[in-house]
Amino acid sequence: MSDDKGGSFEERLQAAQTRQASNAPAPASGAKGTASPMGIGVRVGIELVSALAVSVAIGWGLDRWLGTRPWFLALFVLLGGAAGVANVWRLMMPRSPR
Amino acid sequence: MAAEGKMDALGQFELHTALGGLGRSVNFTNSNLMMLLGGGLIIGLLYYGMKPRAVVPGRLQSLAEISYSGLLSMTEGSIGPEGRRFFPFIFTLFFFVLMGNMLGLLPYSFTYTSHIAVTFGLALLVIVVVTAVALRIHGMHFFSYFFPEGAPKLLAPLIIPIEVISYLSRPVSLSIRLFANMVAGHVMFEVFATFIVLLGGAGVLGASIGILPLVLNVVLVGFELLVAALQAYVFAILTCIYLHDAVHLH
Repeated sequence: MSDDKGGSFEERLQAAQTRQASNAPAPASGAKGTASPMGIGVRVGIELVSALAVSVAIGWGLDRWLGTRPWFLALFVLLGGAAGVANVWRLMMPRSPR
Repeated sequence: MAAEGKMDALGQFELHTALGGLGRSVNFTNSNLMMLLGGGLIIGLLYYGMKPRAVVPGRLQSLAEISYSGLLSMTEGSIGPEGRRFFPFIFTLFFFVLMGNMLGLLPYSFTYTSHIAVTFGLALLVIVVVTAVALRIHGMHFFSYFFPEGAPKLLAPLIIPIEVISYLSRPVSLSIRLFANMVAGHVMFEVFATFIVLLGGAGVLGASIGILPLVLNVVLVGFELLVAALQAYVFAILTCIYLHDAVHLH
């Protein structure tokens, strides 16, 4: 990034363009690769818990608002569990190679 | 664990007003003080680091340059070339979190990233920015994010709530990750430090065993330095990944 002192403008433009081009196709690989088993476990746990927490909050709020005491909470706990698993799936699977 | 005395492992996370009477009147807490200090240190690093403008940088200048170019390449690498315009946001976020984690390791200081109010505030800011960016770039097409292409229409009532919950759980997991790491580290320090004190008061034999938690605490300081930097990095790179999703919609 900081070594573009010498050379004509054309050369530097060329260099910048190749740099951009070599950057562009590389997809986001995420922060994986160096994760320890412990780290993975903690991340999975946090993903599951946070999805569940959000869905419980939504279900509880809807129940409170609509006065349908247990039903939305029960529904959203199930959905939250599914969303947590979806999060973990997305975390563990490599990004789709499209 | 700390049955005697007033050794309370969570006492270190209490908020107090700082700066005497002035602080008390406007509720300026030690947390706010550390935030200001952290912000000041970042600005100071960049200002005084870049002041010499040497071709061959000195230590401080190289620190400033490396942190700038390293974060820039991370931002561009994970969002793509158009990620450059989000760089100031990522840079500020990374250094605010890093300073919070690092300053918290100093004795008598306070770790502002150990409060979920702070980390959740940051994560909320991230998610609002990400959503705003996605809406700005893709408009209403953004909502197709919640329903992957090619999925059977019959499953829509199931998939859409799950995707929405999954999207909304991002700020929660982002904030819990940082907050939990910081709290866990500092509680561990305090617990082992309590062991040192308790064993030290238990005669010669106790004092000689008390060396062990002392050694452990020294090792923990190094480990916590790693965690402090790593969590700031994780916070920044996850923000980048969310921004990538917002810009490209998969």
